[in-house]
Formats: sequence, C-alpha cells, structure tokens
Amino acid sequence: MATAVHGPGKITELEPFAPGHRACSGCGEALAVRLAAKAIGNNAIIVNATGCMEVVASPFPYTSWRIPWIHTLFENAAAVASGAEAGLKAMEKKGKIPKRNTKIVAFAGDGGTSDIGLQALSGALERGHDFVYICLDNEAYMNTGIQRSSATPYGASTTTSPAGKESLGQTTWKKNMPAIAAAHDIPYVATACPSYHRDLMKKVTKAVETPGPAYIHILSVCPTGWRCPTDDAIKVGRLAIRTGIFPLYEVENGQYKLSLSLTKLEPVENYLKTQGRFRHLTENTIKEIQERVTREYNKLVELSGKSGGEASS
Amino acid sequence: MAKREGLEVSVAVADAAMLSDVDVVSAYPITPQTHIVEHLAELVANGELNAAYIPVESEHSAMSACVGASAVGARTFTATAAQGLELMHEVLYVASAMRYPMVMTVANRALSAPISIWGDHSDAMAVRDTGWIQIFVENGQEAVDNVICGFRIGEDKRVLLPVMVHLDGFALTHVIEPIELPEKKDVERFLPPFKYPLPLDPEKPVTMGALGSPFIYTEVKWAQEINLEKAKDVVLESWQEFGKVFGRTYSPIEQYRTDGAKVLLLTMGSYSETAMVAVDKMRGDGKEIGLLKLRLWRPFPYEELRKAVKDIDVLIVLDRAVSFGGPGGPVCSEIKAALYAEEKRPQVIGFVGGLGGRDISMAGFEEMINRGIEIARTGSEREFEIYGVRE
Repeated sequence: MATAVHGPGKITELEPFAPGHRACSGCGEALAVRLAAKAIGNNAIIVNATGCMEVVASPFPYTSWRIPWIHTLFENAAAVASGAEAGLKAMEKKGKIPKRNTKIVAFAGDGGTSDIGLQALSGALERGHDFVYICLDNEAYMNTGIQRSSATPYGASTTTSPAGKESLGQTTWKKNMPAIAAAHDIPYVATACPSYHRDLMKKVTKAVETPGPAYIHILSVCPTGWRCPTDDAIKVGRLAIRTGIFPLYEVENGQYKLSLSLTKLEPVENYLKTQGRFRHLTENTIKEIQERVTREYNKLVELSGKSGGEASS
Repeated sequence: MAKREGLEVSVAVADAAMLSDVDVVSAYPITPQTHIVEHLAELVANGELNAAYIPVESEHSAMSACVGASAVGARTFTATAAQGLELMHEVLYVASAMRYPMVMTVANRALSAPISIWGDHSDAMAVRDTGWIQIFVENGQEAVDNVICGFRIGEDKRVLLPVMVHLDGFALTHVIEPIELPEKKDVERFLPPFKYPLPLDPEKPVTMGALGSPFIYTEVKWAQEINLEKAKDVVLESWQEFGKVFGRTYSPIEQYRTDGAKVLLLTMGSYSETAMVAVDKMRGDGKEIGLLKLRLWRPFPYEELRKAVKDIDVLIVLDRAVSFGGPGGPVCSEIKAALYAEEKRPQVIGFVGGLGGRDISMAGFEEMINRGIEIARTGSEREFEIYGVRE
C-alpha cells in the first residue's frame, strides 16, 4: 500500500472519475474531466451529453463514475441538468429530502455545446438554474470521427472540412462560446485547460461555489483528431495558451479578468506546427491567423483592464 | 363529498396535477395545451401548488427537464400537443427506457403541414412506439381521473413507466364540463407518495444511461417490452382501486349498447360522445348497432378486444390519423392484426375521419356506420375510406 504523502500544495486524492476508462491514449479531455471531478467532489450529480466522455466512461456494465451520473441524449445536457436541479430544490423545499446542497454539473463537448446543444444551454443559463456547465472543447466531433463543429479553428483540416486544392480546411473562425455564455449575464464564466491544472481546478471550485449558473470552457487537446503525438497533450495545450490562441480568463459578474500575464505572446506558428490538422497551412494563412489572434487577445486585455494575473501551472 | 361543478377541462386537468402533489412542472406553450400549463403556473405563483415550474425554451427541453427531475426522484408533470410532442420524440424513448414515471397530458392536435391547431390523433399515433403507457379519455372527468391514476400506475414499482393521457384539443381542452374534482384527502388515500427506487443521490451513486453494446441492448429492449405488457394488470388494478375510492371505474375498452349488436363502431377520445348519440338514434330506429370505446392504447388490450368482438359480424373502426402509403389508420390496422389469428372474427372496415378538427356530426356517424355495413356486404376498392372528404 502506498504511503500517504502530505504537502501544502498537494492535490486531493479524491477521484470521482475513476481510472480504467476507454479514452484514447494521451486524451486531454479525460484529464480535464479527472481534474474537474476532483474539484467538484462527491456531493454532486453529473449530467453528461452524448460524446467521447459518455462513451469511454460508461460501457455497460462498467462505469468510471463514483458519483451519480446520468447520460440521456446529445443536445439536452443543460435541460436535464435544469430538471435535476429544480427537482432537488423542490423536494428539499417540501421536506421530502434533506437539504444537502448537492451541485449539478453538466459536461458536454464542443458540438454538444456550441452546435446542437446551444439552445438548451441558453435556456438553462437564462433561467438561472444553480448549476455548472462544463464544455469539453476538443474542437471537432471526435467521437464520430473528427468532423468539423462551429468550435473548430480556422484552417483546421477535419473529415468534413478537409484541406484540398480548393479549400484551406475550416473556413470559419471558432465560435466564441465563452462570450456567448457571458452575454447571458451569468455570475461566472471561465476558460481553462488541463495544461494549467491548478488554474482549472480553482476555476471549477469557484464555479461550484457560485450560486446560479456558471460556465467553464475547457480546451481539451485531442491527439487523435489534432494529429499530434499522444505524449504532447500538455505541451500543445500550454502552447495554445502561450500563443494567445486560447487565452485563460474569467468573467465574474460581467468583469473580464485574464488569468495569466503574458508579456509577449509566442508566435501562433509554434502552436500550429505541432499538429497535423494544420500541416497544409500556407505562410499567408498563418499570418492571417496571427493577426486575428493578436487582435482578439488585445480585445481581451482591454476588457480585463489591468487585472491580469499569473496562473500557476 | 367532492362537489360537481362547471370547470374548463384544461383547468381541471391542472388541478388534478396539483391534487397529485407534483414536485416539478416543466412545459413549453403550444395550442391547445396552453390553458393547462397557464393554470399550473398560476397555482405555483399563488402558492397553492408547492412545486418548481420550469418555463423551458422548447418541448425538447421540457421533456429533458422532466427526465432530469424524475431521475432525482421528483414527481413530474408536463403537457404538450402536436409539434411539441414531435419535438420531444427522441426524449420520449429515453423517458420510457430509463424507467422514469411521469404524467404528460397531450391535447391531441393535427401535425403540420399544413399547420393546423385543431384536433386529431396524428400526434398520439406518431409516438405509439415510444414505450409510454397511452390512455385516451372521452371527457373532462376522465381526463382529471386519469391524470391522478396515471401517477399511481406509472409510479408502481412493477411498472415505473411514463404515462400519456390523451385528451382531444379544443373538443375537450377548451370546453366547460360538469366535473367532480376529487378531495385532496381522497387523492392522498389513493396515490401513495412517490419513492423512486434508485434516484440520482450522492449518498448512493448510480450510473444512469450507460452505453448499451450489442451484447445487452436486445435484453434491455425485451425487458422493456415485457414490462409494458405486464403494466396492463396494474392499469386495471389502479382503475379498480380508483373506483373504490371515487366511485368511477374505467376499463381498457368500454362497451356501449353492445347487447345483441352484430355491428359495432370503435372510436377513441371525445368523438365517442357523439358516436353514442348516433348509436342511440340507430337503436331507436331498430338497428342493432353498438359502440366500443378504446381507452387503453398502450399496452394494447388484446384480450379485451377479442372478447368484445367475438360474437359480431362487422367492426367499423374510425381512425383520426393516417399511416401514409400503408393500411390507412393505425388503430384499424392494429385491430386487424389483433384479430387475424382468431377462428371467428368480424369483418373489420376502416375509416379515417375527423382530421385537423373536421367535425363528425351525429348524422355523420350514422352515415359512416351505414357505409361500413355496405362495404362489409359489397366490398370497397380501397383499403380504407376517408369519411367526408371532398375529392
């Protein structure tokens, strides 16, 4: 038996999301779920949309979930979460069950969030349910075989936005889901990435402790779909943040706050060249992406005022 | 003693949900269901009903929220119609397969296109195979009684299935009828508190909705089928018990003036009321005509149907929906299939009528019955005829 180790910065040994799931090797999303689950703790109910994390975690008769978990359909995680939250609150109010402050947490992929589940999510955020919604963004429909979603970045080659003589791959810019969530005037929105694991857990804890709806958008590196080595998920995630392609920030009661002070962004090329999905990009397209990323990042800096801070990794 | 008073059926249905002490109502407005959910919102706003009211952004979310609420063990109610029911379609399968008892009243309405807010049974028949218990009611009192019965049936541990109570849009939802609303104490006597056996509960974690590989999917579906078939016993038992407490008893197929009749008409829902008047008139004219009113649609009451038609020559079936390019009406084709193996069976003549709110008058029913008798004698070029259509 392993000896218990004590340390001031030690991460909880709690593992509501158990090992033994069937995610691909090097999966950044399974790591995101594991870290988020640690922060969520045991007093929670997980509502999972259809997608990679549902498939890999629940092949009957096995389950990776040590806390109550429900999966029903693709586009309705936020709506199921609404019902579960309202049901618990109503029964507590009527004295049918003891008051336990159980948190409802919904997980869905980028397709389940920014495409097919957007309406249900918008409804649940607008109604103000006390729940956390976590989008696990691996930037395409990976579960069905790497098809493009509205969260797929510009220039990425996927099976339904293939690069070819007449196309550079995805021809649209990534939908800004965190901004859409923030536009609902909910108390807490944040972006995170398992490459910055303490930052991720801190944000999930904050979301869980926030009364009302909270939205966290987690960039989850997918070596299978992004065409990168399976031991590179952490590195690639870190580059996404250091290049400003996926900035880490929070929006608390409408106030934007960058989580990292980056004095200088690394060139986007450093990130793009790590992945086969961008292999075909020309210098011109890379320049176009660089300009867009710089512009968008500067907007965020402006929105944040001078409140940027250093995230520990 | 409960008193009988004039009530709008939709209001009475909402009152029945309140009397059933629902915990969660989740609904999206659609004509002609609106008065039901409006009145429930009022009851919650006034503090008469202690429940969470979730005004969702679509019917898909309405049913999804019902699933979530039911999964944590809450008693859950919703109502919809037509396009709303169709938008819920995939979630309906989830609610039944994952064994969530809840009651949904469907204000039966025609499906688009063309858009029609008026009544028929297209919506109900389109969800026939979703694994729900489906009860068709004929009047306001039946609607009220079956909402309460619906909770008792669905929540029974031998059943654990969702229940649809079908009441015809406008013809029932928007009329004022004399209705006896049960007393709260009697409802409490009839309907025990809901205790879902394995809710989502951090004290006892469960995984719901796991991935069903080929090695288990068939068994899950078989278990679901057996369970729904067996639910019929609980439906019958609940209706009997209801009778003991409230004095009104229901049956899967109700017979009206069938004694000695060689020709029977079969109807569902509110049109049965007009059909009864037509039967009365024809009986007065010396014709041996009777009526069967099919109340329990799923699980289908095979035994009761076979018994009810064993001595007759002609069964005329009115469908208020079309199975396009197929046998005409889903009810008629189901009945034909149910009787196929019987040694002695009546001729089954199918009519489709009353689509999209088209009325069938007393004289209309008489005409349909006479035409049915004629077809039984001479045959028809078609599998079925549409009553009253202008060609």
